[in-house]
Formats: sequence, structure tokens, C-alpha cells
Amino acid sequence: MTGGQKLIVIGNGMAGCRVVEELLARAPDLYDIEIYGAEPEVNYNRIMLSPVLAGETSFDEIVINGRDWYEANRIALRSGEEVVGIDRAARMIATGKGRRVSYDRLLIATGSLPFILPVPGATLDGVIAFRDIADVRRMIETSKGGGRAVVIGGGLLGLEAANGLRTLGMDVTVIHLVDTLMERQLDEAAGFLLRRELESRGIEVVTGASTEEILGADRVEAVRLKDGRVIPADLVVMAAGIRPNVALARDAGLACNRGIVVDDHMRTSDPAILAVGECVEHEGQVYGLVAPIWDMCRAAGDTLADRQGEGYRGSVISTKLKVTGVNVFSAGDFAAGDDREEIVFRDAARGVYKRLIVADDRLIGAVLYGDTEDGSWYFNLLREGESIADTRETLIFGPAFAGGAAADPNAAVAALPDTSEICGCNGVCKGTIVNAIAGKNLTTLDGVRAHTKASASCGSCTGLVERLLVLTLGDGYNPAAVTPVCGCTDLGHDEVRRLIKAKELKSIPAVMQELEWKTSCGCAKCRPALNYYLVCDWPDEYADDYQSRFVNERVHANIQKDGTYSVVPRMWGGMTSAAELRAIADVVDKFSIPAVKVTGGQRIDMLGIRKEDLPAVWADLGQAGFVSGHAYAKGLRTVKTCVGSDWCRFGTQDSTGFGIRLEKFMWGSWTPAKVKLAVSGCPRNCAEATCKDVGVICVDSGYEIHFAGAAGLDIKGTEKLGLVHTEDEALEHIVALVQMYREQARYLERIYKWAKRIGYDEIRRQIVDDAERRRSLFARFVFSQKFAQVDPWSERVSGKDKHEFRPLAEIGMSQAAE
Amino acid sequence: MENWIEIGALSDIPLRGARCVVTPLGRIAVFRTAADEVYAIEDRCPHRGGPLSQGIVHGAAVTCPLHNWVLSLETGKALGADEGAVRTFALKCEGGTLFIDMSAMAAVAAD
Repeated sequence: MTGGQKLIVIGNGMAGCRVVEELLARAPDLYDIEIYGAEPEVNYNRIMLSPVLAGETSFDEIVINGRDWYEANRIALRSGEEVVGIDRAARMIATGKGRRVSYDRLLIATGSLPFILPVPGATLDGVIAFRDIADVRRMIETSKGGGRAVVIGGGLLGLEAANGLRTLGMDVTVIHLVDTLMERQLDEAAGFLLRRELESRGIEVVTGASTEEILGADRVEAVRLKDGRVIPADLVVMAAGIRPNVALARDAGLACNRGIVVDDHMRTSDPAILAVGECVEHEGQVYGLVAPIWDMCRAAGDTLADRQGEGYRGSVISTKLKVTGVNVFSAGDFAAGDDREEIVFRDAARGVYKRLIVADDRLIGAVLYGDTEDGSWYFNLLREGESIADTRETLIFGPAFAGGAAADPNAAVAALPDTSEICGCNGVCKGTIVNAIAGKNLTTLDGVRAHTKASASCGSCTGLVERLLVLTLGDGYNPAAVTPVCGCTDLGHDEVRRLIKAKELKSIPAVMQELEWKTSCGCAKCRPALNYYLVCDWPDEYADDYQSRFVNERVHANIQKDGTYSVVPRMWGGMTSAAELRAIADVVDKFSIPAVKVTGGQRIDMLGIRKEDLPAVWADLGQAGFVSGHAYAKGLRTVKTCVGSDWCRFGTQDSTGFGIRLEKFMWGSWTPAKVKLAVSGCPRNCAEATCKDVGVICVDSGYEIHFAGAAGLDIKGTEKLGLVHTEDEALEHIVALVQMYREQARYLERIYKWAKRIGYDEIRRQIVDDAERRRSLFARFVFSQKFAQVDPWSERVSGKDKHEFRPLAEIGMSQAAE
Repeated sequence: MENWIEIGALSDIPLRGARCVVTPLGRIAVFRTAADEVYAIEDRCPHRGGPLSQGIVHGAAVTCPLHNWVLSLETGKALGADEGAVRTFALKCEGGTLFIDMSAMAAVAAD
């Protein structure tokens, strides 16, 4: 017996059938039910398509409701029959088979459509989406011939497709528009770990790349990126996103924005019509994950059964990536903010990253990588919104710790048995360390390292060793021997530099993860330092992170107190000409530059230039042959010279020529702090070389090289490095010295401070006495210059970083006052 | 009354970066954080008037390029030991397009 009302469900997917299940549980006899599905299948679990693709399960196993379910509940299933129109006035639907069927109530559950990039070639054979079982079958079919697949989109769906195709034996490349994989679910650090894992499985990941065209005659052959790269492909999977499938509802005149607009009871603008799932928009939100959809289905079930339920109130969502062996979990809101506190836990050895975001003593977001066991526990805390004030200290350790007596993180270490290994690199266990501390009266980390080797290699167990010191010595342990880089880490600059090399860390997220940074994306102190260290250590591999540079190095000019900029073109060795001076005069006139000054480094400084004018100023200067003078850089600034043997009656060597040669050799290099050079043609020293970072005094017998001078905050005469006889030798010594400084100094540490710290004799030993070492330092500098010597001004005149110099928008008085 | 004005696309602002909007009453800095959240604040540090849009963005804060004050993008208040605040503006992002609520600005103009 049924109540005689007719319910038609458009969409035989997860949401549509779930509503029917909810309805049957509440009011089994209220309606005659008919379900229309465009796909010729029974109702299956779409989110399990990835495991089907990866061969871990079969289609039969992901069927939710087989034909017997439809029969038992007297539901008419019209699979393969698409609904093509809704006549709301007549309460009838029209199908692709030309039938018209009347309804009393209609449920729209049309889901979403894959977003196909509108690029040339998108309709070629071999370009598919990853949305239904037919797509999966095509992928499996194509993979039988091996070959290459390109997946466009590094989100949840794209990565699951990539992993599946790789498992099927294809060579897979993932192309992703932004720098972080799954950027909507993960932060940079977790994205880095995920990328590393996928790469270790043989999946190539190309980030920051956008697709320009899909190439092929009648079948796909390759994908071309905007930057010109061409990636061969036998199969292209578009997984760049989904959009709600609202065409039917919109044509029927129902209110739609991005999705079909529904109220808390899942009613559309027509009360006889309900909608649920990925096709709807509730309170401005569109959902693409299953958990919120189940909540919607409950609300729709109530409405259809004419019950007064709580309705749907929006959802907090969590995500898990379904790639076997990769554990990623994210939930809630994980952006940083100052009313928010973050708790970060990193275990580099296990590849674990956990980040909890807390606001007002409540957990509001979580990102877990590597160890996601506690994901559902955190997700509960997040949804319940309970106060975590009492458990905050140990929250990051999960439920195993929470509420127990062991509220002290040290307790976890105290509880370890003596035989448990602390230092994996050197195989040192807890008992050995504790005995060494007690037996040898050790009080410092260095002491433990010297006697046991624990934490002396990769350093990732330093935290554990320190806890053992605390446990054994109590207040007798005073850790603060090294000044940390900043509040984001306990490590000092030297330690960070050593570990970047030792662990081959090649990106800022990699450093932060492996060295267990305490914040998720660092601060204005550590980011520029890390960026420099990476540029210096991996000149050919590291992609300079401009957003981690101080504004001067981002816009290649010096910011002034009023927000304008000053511009200093390079005048090699301080030499100039009438043509150059005329060009400068013309620029000053044309842009009404308010001040022009001669600098202490023998250059001309134009001050008070508006940021928007910078590219045009550089264009004009470039016409006259000028390049950037890097007067803003932690890098090679100026080489000051005297006129030397060219003109001076006392000059002993061509100091001007050598200064120009040095400057042409070294310009563009980034250094820990600014580097200023000078070459004087005789001991009268008119170029003031003996207060420079590196100075040369020419004498009859050759070149006296000086270093570690200062004439700023501190005043200090240079130290003498040595005397060499030829210009070539002088160049090699100076370049090697600067390279040694680049590789060893702390960020913002000038040469004189670095040299004093490590010892003048040590520098002489490495640069003067050890010829082999000197030559290898020289060779590394030369290699690095291949990537550094690009004039930043001409790059920007040609359009690089255009956004830096233009306002995003200009708002007129009338608009603003409306 | 809100007054939403379109100012451009989210993708026009670099991640962990900022762009300016020029208005009759001064510049507004529009930030995009690593977490892809956007904020708009007055582009004028309360300390010495430095252009905050030129600073390094970290978390939901920016460090002024002139003297390293750190300001919250959410509240506009100086963080740490410094005291001061800048005006904040409401932003919304719809389908990748950014809109700023200029009603706060109109209120200033009316004063």
C-alpha cells in the first residue's frame, strides 16, 4: 500500500538514493517512487572509484544498492533514461526517451559535472574526466598498453587518479596550477610531504604550471604548458575541479547561483521540488564531499516525510586522501590568524606533520600528515566545539594522552624503556644517554653529542635528547647556548645551514618540515634567511621565493621613508660618460625626480621615485645601457676605484680596469649581507680600500688583498689576506673569499663579523695556503653566477612581476561615496 | 549599508603577497595569505606611515618594510610590544573575483 503520492528522483547517485533510504526509514508507504539515472548502472559508491581504478576493489563491491533493493522497496529504476526537462506548472518531467511523467514531489540530485578546461584540444579522443565508472573503465583500458598519462589538477581527485594510473603501470605526470598540492585541504608543509611521497612512487609532479593546449591530430598526443614545455601523453585526465550540475533546474526557472539554492529543509524556490547533494547551494556554500551530503539527505528525508526535523545547518568538513599508504587528513579552518594559536608537531624521521589551529580555547582546524589515526578524534572535538583549555598542552599527542595523568610532554619520554632507540643515525638508546649524563656529569647537548654521538648527525632527535637532559638533571640543565634564528625554531643559523646541506633540503617548506619549525610558514626573520641559504646552496635547483624577500629585493629599488623608491644604476668601477650622465638627466626631468645624489660608493642615486614609475624609469635607463646597481641587495654592491695607472702619476697598476673586471665578474651574486669592494692604485689608497669588505691595494710587485674592514656601525681597518702578483690571482683569491663567506656566514652578518668569529688565520689557511680549496670555492662561485647574472631591471621592463608595480584597482570618489 | 565594489581577481594577488587599491582617501592594501585568505587594511603603518602592502606576509600578519612593526591582517592591530592599529575593510571573494566594502571609507569621507 502506498499513499498514492508520486515522488520522482532525478539522479541515481549517492545523494538521491540516500534520501530515498532516509525517507523509507521514516515513512515507507507515503510515495510511489521513481528514480531516473543518466548512467546505465545501479546506485554505486562514487567515492570508491579511486580504489577501483587502483585495482584494490571491483565495481561489484562498490555497489550500494543492487536491483533487489529497488525491487524490495517497489522503486522503479529508470537507469539510462535522462530527464531533459521539468514542467513545473503541470508538475511533469520529460525524459530523453520522449516520455512525460507527472509528480507530486520532485527531488533533484543531479550532482556535479567535471570542469573541462576550455583549452584547444580538450575534445580530442583520449581526454577524459574522472567522474564515473565509465571513465574508470576507459582508464583501465588505455593503461593496458602502458604509455604516458597526464593528469591535469593536483587536488584530491587528480592525485587519486594519478596514483591509480601509476599503479596500473602508466608513466604519470600531474600538472597543478599552484605550488602546493591539494592546496584547498593542505598547507604548504603537508603539501611538501605529499609531493615527496608521490614522487617516490614515480609520479612526476609539475606545480605552478598551467595548461595551454592539448596536442594531437585526432587522438591526444601531448600537453603543452604556458611556459612552452611539452609533455607527451596517451591519456589526459581532466581533474581540475567540478561544478554543480544545475542546467535542468535553471531551465525550469528554479533559483540558482553556483548551485540550486535550497533552504535548511532542502526546499528549492518551488516548494514541491527539493534538491540535495553536490548540485545545491546552501547559505552560499557548495559541497563536494560526502559527509555534508549525508546531513542534507537526512534533512530532505524529514521534509519528504512531512516531519519537522532540525533541518540542515551547514557542515564542517574533513578530507582524507584515498591513496593507499599515504595518510592525509584535514578538517575545518586551518588558516593562521592572530586570534588563533597553532600547535605544530613535526617528526621528521617518521615523516609526520600535525598542525592544530585553536581559537578561544576551541579546536577550529586540523591538518595531519603521516599519522592520521587521531583524525576522527580531532574532527569530533572540532564539531562539538568543546573547550580544550584543560587538555591544550597535550592535545597534539592525541586521545592517548588526553585526560590521562600524564599531562607533561616530558612524561612520554620518561615512560620510554631504556632500550628504546633515541638516535637512529648512530644507534644510541635511551639508557646509554641517561648513563652518560649521570656518569660523566654532562650538562649540555654538546657534551652528550661528544660522549654518545646521540643527535650529532642529522640532529632530528635533538629535542628528545634535550628532554632526557631535563629529566636527568632537572633544573641543572640550561639549554639556551645557541641563539635561535627566530621564534619559529630552536636551531641557530649555523645548525640550519649545516642541516640544509646534510639533508639536501631544497625548499622552504622542506626546511621547515625536516627541521621541525614551530610555525607553519615562518616569519619575516627566518623566511629571508632560509631563502638566502637555499639560493646559495642550490643555485641551479632552488626556485627563489620572492615572497620571502624584503621589498627592496623584490622590486629592485630602495624603499624610502615616504614609501617612494630610490634607483641607483650600475656605473662599473665608478666610471661614467657624457652619454650616461645625459640619460640620467633626461630621466630625472621626465619623471620629475625630486632628488639626485652622489653616493659614497661612486654612484648616482635618484630619490623619490613612485613605485608605479619604476619600470618606465628602468626602461629609459636601459636604453642608455644601464643595468641595476643592486644598491638595495644583500649582494655585491659597488667596487670603488681610483684612476690608477691610466691617469695618476703615482698609480702602480690599472686599478680602474681591475675594479671593473671584479664588478663584472661578481655582480648579481647574493650574499649574507651587503658586500662592498674597492681597488686603490697605490698605497695612498684614494679608493679607501682598507675599510671595505674586501679591498685591494695595488703595489709595484702586485696586489695586496685586504678583507674584513668596516666603516659603518663599527669602524675597523681591514686585515691583510696576502700579496699576489697577477690580476688573475687576485681575482681568484677575492672570489674564493667571498664564496667562503657566502657558504658559511649567518644571514645579515657582514664579512668583518663573520671573519672575526671564525678567525682571520682560518680564512688565510683556506684561501691562501690551500690552493685546491681556493679553486673549488672559485668554481662554485662561477657556477652559481650562471643563474644569478640576470639584470633584474630589464626583466621587469619586459613584464616580469608586473603586478608589483600596478595597483590592483583604482576606486573613484563617486564609487567610494555611494 | 554595504557598498561592494569589484577590485579584481584573487589570482592577481601573489600568494603570501599583497596588491594596492587606490582610493580618494588613501591606499588600501589587499593581502592574500599562504592559506589563500584575503584581507584588506589601510596601506599605512600606524608607526611611521610605511606602506604595509610592501611587507613580508607570514601567517595572517604583515611585517612593515620600514621598521619591522608586525600588524594583524584580521584586526589591523599591531602585534607584540607595539601599540597602534590600522583600519580594516571587509572583503568577499565570489567565484574568484574580489569585492571590497567601501562603506567604511564613505563613513570616513562623511566625517
